[in-house]
Amino acid sequence: MVEMPKVILPAAEAAAPAPTFTGNRALQIEEPLIFEIGSAETSGVDFEEPAETETRLGGLERTDAIGLAGLSEPETMRHYVRLSQKNYSIDTGIFPLGSCTMKHNPRLNEKMARLPGFADIHPLQPEKTVQGALALMTELSRWLLELTGMHAIALSPKAGAHGEFCGMAAIKAALEARGEAETRRVVLVPVSAHGTNPATAAHLGFTVRAVEAEPDGTVSVDAVRAALGPDVAAMMLTNPNTCGLFEPHIREIADALHEAGVYLYCDGANFNAIAGKVRPGDLGADAMHINLHKTFSTPHGGGGPGAGPVVLSEALAAYAPVPFVRREGDAFRLVEHADDAPEGAAPFGRLAAFHGQMGMFVRALAYMMSHGADGIRQASEDAVLNANYVRARLADVLTQPFPEGAMHEVLFDDRFLKGTGVSTLDFAKALIDEGFHPMTVYFPLVVSGAMLIEPTESESKQSLDQFIDAVRALALAAKAGDAVRFTEAPRFAPRSRLDETRAARDPVLSYREKTPE
Amino acid sequence: MALIKYTEDHEYISVENGVGTIGITDYAQGKLGDVTFVELPKIGEKVKQGQPIAVVESVKAASDIYSPVSGEVVEINEILNDKPELINQEPEAGAWIYKLTLSNTAELDKLMDQDAYLAYASAEG
Repeated sequence: MVEMPKVILPAAEAAAPAPTFTGNRALQIEEPLIFEIGSAETSGVDFEEPAETETRLGGLERTDAIGLAGLSEPETMRHYVRLSQKNYSIDTGIFPLGSCTMKHNPRLNEKMARLPGFADIHPLQPEKTVQGALALMTELSRWLLELTGMHAIALSPKAGAHGEFCGMAAIKAALEARGEAETRRVVLVPVSAHGTNPATAAHLGFTVRAVEAEPDGTVSVDAVRAALGPDVAAMMLTNPNTCGLFEPHIREIADALHEAGVYLYCDGANFNAIAGKVRPGDLGADAMHINLHKTFSTPHGGGGPGAGPVVLSEALAAYAPVPFVRREGDAFRLVEHADDAPEGAAPFGRLAAFHGQMGMFVRALAYMMSHGADGIRQASEDAVLNANYVRARLADVLTQPFPEGAMHEVLFDDRFLKGTGVSTLDFAKALIDEGFHPMTVYFPLVVSGAMLIEPTESESKQSLDQFIDAVRALALAAKAGDAVRFTEAPRFAPRSRLDETRAARDPVLSYREKTPE
Repeated sequence: MALIKYTEDHEYISVENGVGTIGITDYAQGKLGDVTFVELPKIGEKVKQGQPIAVVESVKAASDIYSPVSGEVVEINEILNDKPELINQEPEAGAWIYKLTLSNTAELDKLMDQDAYLAYASAEG
C-alpha cells in the first residue's frame, strides 16, 4: 500500500504570509461580479439610435432602465475566462460523485457534434433536408434498443427525470387502456431509490408505497410480494441500486410484478454498470430511461437541455409518445401526430416541442460507434473494476455498510468517524483542500453519513491511486485527532466554509446593489 | 396530563382531550442537521395513520413526516414558515408541526411509549 509520502504542514500553521494588496493570490484572482465591473451607462457595442416606432404592446412596454452591466469585449472575455478557471471539471481531475457518473467526454464526440450537417440544422426544416439527422436518430435508437433488449423508444425526453415521467406516463396509458387506471393507484419504490422516482410517481397522481431493503442492501422478492395488491400500478427499481449493488432477484421480482398485472419501471441511471453485459428487457423491465450523459459520455446538462431517451417493452411499445422517426423505403419520416401513427399504436401524447437534443444524440452515437459492442461491455467492466479497486484499497480505513461487493460505485458510511468530531460533510470539505471534487455525501439516505464514490472507467490506476491516497491520509488524520483539518476545511479554497444553512434558509438569488454603509 | 407516544419514523404525538400535537423528536432533529424549511399540512386535511403529511428539509435531506395516527388537521405551526430552525432548538416543545383531531384513538396502542422509543433510538445509533 502506498501511503502519502509525508504530511505537508499547512501554510496556516507555518508563518502566515502577509495578505496581498489586491486580495489576489498569484493566479487566484478575486473576480468581482459582472455588475461590479461594468456599468449600465457604458456599452461594449455601438448601436445606432433606434428609430421612432409606435408601440403595439398596449402599455406593457418597459420604460425604466434594464440595468444590465455594459462591458467591453476584452472585459467580458476576461470575466468569464476567470470564472471558468475557478471551475472543477472532469477535464481538471477525477470527479468521483457517486450516482452521477462523471465520465470523460471524448473529444471525438465534440468533433462529430460540430459537423455543420448536425450543428446547423433547425427542427422546423423540411424533412427532406434533414435526412442525415433522422438517419442518425434511427441508428441511435437501434443501438439503444439492442443494448436494452426493448421494443420501442422515445428520444424526446430532455433528462433522466423527464424520461421517468415519459415511462410512467406510458404505464398510465397502458392502465387506462386496460380500464384499470382508477383502481391501480400505487407505485412501489424501494427506500434506497433516487428521489426523482417517488417525485415522478406523485407528479403523475400515483401514491407511493415504500419497499424496505434487506440488511444486505438489496430488495427481496418477499418484500415486493408483501407490498403487492390489486391497487398497485408499477414498481420503480434502479439496478444496480443506489448502494452500488446489483439486485440479484430482479427477474423474480419482475415475474411477481407481471403476474400481479404490475409494470416494472427500471431507473436506468446506473445502466453504465451493466451496458453490454445484461439487457434490462431480459430482466423484465417494461420501461427504462437512459441518461445519455451518464452511460454514453455526453456532457452533463447537455449544453442546454439534456437527453433522457426512454425504451419500452412490447407491452408498452404502443404508447410511445410522438414524435418518432419512421423509415419508409430509403426515406425517413417524422411522425408528428397520433393520427399518423402506424396501426395499433396509441401514443400517449407529446413531451417536448421538438424531437429531442440533437447535439446529445450525435455525441452518444459517436461514443457507441467508436467503442463498439465490445468496447461498451469493457467500459462497464472497467467501471466496476475501478470502483472495486477503490473499495479494496479503502476497506481497512473506512467503513462499508455492505462489504460484500460493489458494482460501478462503492458506498461507505460514517462509522469510521465515530468519536473523531469529524462529520461526513467535514470529510468531504477536506477533500477540496486536497484538490479533489468530493464524493457524493448523505446519499443514499438509508445509510448514516453516506459517502458514495463512483470513479468511472475514465480513471487510470495512477489517478485512482492519487485520490485513494488522499482519502486514506485524511481518514488516518481524522482518527489521529486532527479534527481542525476537517472542521475548518476548506482552508485553501478561494472561499472557506460557507454557511450552507443560511444559504438555504435565506437565499439571495439575484444581484442587489451594495448600499453605502 | 398528556399522553405522549412515538413512531419508528421518529415523530412524537402528544394527546390531550382528543387532540394530538405532532412533531419530530430531538433524536430526529439531531440526525437531520440544520433544518432549512418545513412544508406544513393544510388545515382541514384528512390523513390516515402512516401517510406522509408534511416535509422537513435540512442541509442533508428532505424528509417526509408520516402522521402517527389518522385524523383531521386542525392547527398548523405557522411560526415554522419563518423560523424553521426552531425544529433544531426545541423540537419537542415550541416546534410542534401540526395538531389533529384523532379519528381512531386505538391507533395509539401501536405506537411506542417514551422508554420503548428511547431504547429504539439508541439501538439505531
